[in-house]
Amino acid sequence: MERVLGDKRAILILLGPALLVYSLIMLVPIVWSLGYTVLDGNPIVGFTFNGFDNFIKFFQDPAAFSAIWFTVRFAIVMTVLQVGAGFGLSLLYVFWLKRSSSAIRTIIFFPIVLPTVAVALLFQRLFEAAPTTGPVNSFLNLFGIDSVDWFGTPDASFWILLLMGLWQSMGFYGVLLYAGLLDIPEEMLESARLDGAGGWKLIRTIVLPLSLPVLLSSLIFSINGTLKVFDSVVALTNGGPGNATTPLTVYMFQTSFTYGQYGYGSTIALMLTILCLIFTIFIFRSTRRDVTKG
Amino acid sequence: MTTQTTPLPRVTTPHTGTGPVPRNRKVSPKQFVSRLPIRILLAILLIIVVYPMLWMLLGSFKTQNEFLNEPFWALPQTWSLDNYVSVFDSGFGTYIVNSIIVVFPSLAVILIVGVAAGFALEVMVWKGRGTVLLLFLAGIMVPTQMIILPLFTIYFRTGLTGSYWPMILTYIATGLPLTVFMMATFFRSVPREIFEASTLDGASILRSFWAVGLPLVKNAIFTVGLVQFFFLWNDLLIALTFTNSDALRTIQVGLLNFTGQYGAVQYGPTFAAIAVNVLGTLFIYLFLNQQVMKGLTAGSVKG
Repeated sequence: MERVLGDKRAILILLGPALLVYSLIMLVPIVWSLGYTVLDGNPIVGFTFNGFDNFIKFFQDPAAFSAIWFTVRFAIVMTVLQVGAGFGLSLLYVFWLKRSSSAIRTIIFFPIVLPTVAVALLFQRLFEAAPTTGPVNSFLNLFGIDSVDWFGTPDASFWILLLMGLWQSMGFYGVLLYAGLLDIPEEMLESARLDGAGGWKLIRTIVLPLSLPVLLSSLIFSINGTLKVFDSVVALTNGGPGNATTPLTVYMFQTSFTYGQYGYGSTIALMLTILCLIFTIFIFRSTRRDVTKG
Repeated sequence: MTTQTTPLPRVTTPHTGTGPVPRNRKVSPKQFVSRLPIRILLAILLIIVVYPMLWMLLGSFKTQNEFLNEPFWALPQTWSLDNYVSVFDSGFGTYIVNSIIVVFPSLAVILIVGVAAGFALEVMVWKGRGTVLLLFLAGIMVPTQMIILPLFTIYFRTGLTGSYWPMILTYIATGLPLTVFMMATFFRSVPREIFEASTLDGASILRSFWAVGLPLVKNAIFTVGLVQFFFLWNDLLIALTFTNSDALRTIQVGLLNFTGQYGAVQYGPTFAAIAVNVLGTLFIYLFLNQQVMKGLTAGSVKG
């Protein structure tokens, strides 16, 4: 038994190809990219060693600072909105719609499968102010509010990115959290109701603590996705106006491919990786403390 | 949200089965009114989710003139396919073919290689498998930005730049971690006794994998395949990095550059291009929505 389940040759045949491809195209480049952070140049003009200049430059670069600021701000607000809206939807599914919610769950879920580029181009038209007035501005006009130039100001662009993200992902988080809520034993809710807990109180005292594990994994998943936001920014605002909506991912892309600075680009990529790690650990830590407390 | 205004309805019959809940046909006026806010909320939600798609579809039939001079809710005056014709005239067909050429071979390799690796990591017993699984996990966390620059150098030096290979190879590598991890999870739910029994019957482990393991996780492979398909088909970053000519553009890169080709926005063709782009995934979702929902949510829980 041991001999068969531990057959070295079989392990090599089954695992070998995956491990080989993964190592060559993922692990080696990760280490290689770390090496780039102390270099200057690109593969076409060649590289020169420049020590820690890239890191010094990064911490003095106003564009990098603004990219970090945007990335963090976007990730936090988007995560709160996504998971919050998802949780609201899941409560709606479980407590109001009950088992008849299947069709509605399926419909609200679908935007997540759409290509972000397509959604972004559509949202550009939905929120258009000129030369044609898009549905959103027409709707605002209906209430006597002037058309908003959504792509002209930093704040409005920020919000339109959030709205689009929310439109695409709320159904996804709704289903994700719904699965978690279904695991709460019905008897527990029932006995809480008999004790007089209802509405907000029931949610706060029973539902929220019991769905904490799935909420936690949603938060981690969401923050990791939103810190890496790329498609929607490139397609919707292209980082503008100016560089007001440029996250680290897009800044890294521009630095590397528009300006050919591979060393500095790798430094930005490394900073992004570190940022993801910090946020993941932070969420883990903070929730663990809460669990032990209550 | 509206939670403050509507109290939670009491569950009178604890319904734990999977059958349909017996509906109370007689709805008193009071009940109707108390359910009204939730119905309005639902209606608004559904409109917000569905309307953009409807608007896109209608818009794809409109002329430039209709866009500029008619309000947004006006229906198209004719149902002509002119916009679609102009989309395909501008080379959109090539983009779709390119996407198919890079996505499906990548998907096939990811599944074959990833399922085998998941089996070796979960069912087989050997030293160091925990470490290897962790190694694959790291690949889920690390942003793709970390690998594209060295890969660009590698492909440039090996002369692969300018072909489909950079995209295919990168897709395989980035798709593997999640596939391996999900497959390992699925193999974990298969009772070990099954493999031990087939081993006692004299089957080699490769035979057990092929004849016993694979059929058991058939549905799981399909689900993982669906998830990976959406990731690859919708990818922009890798496609944008490794397409250096118009001839290589995937459907996403093609769409991104679509509006840029003209000075002023050509509304009709843009809408038609979006519609063509969206229809593929929408069509799959129409028929396989339950598997897609299961797969996408399962793929995220491990984060």
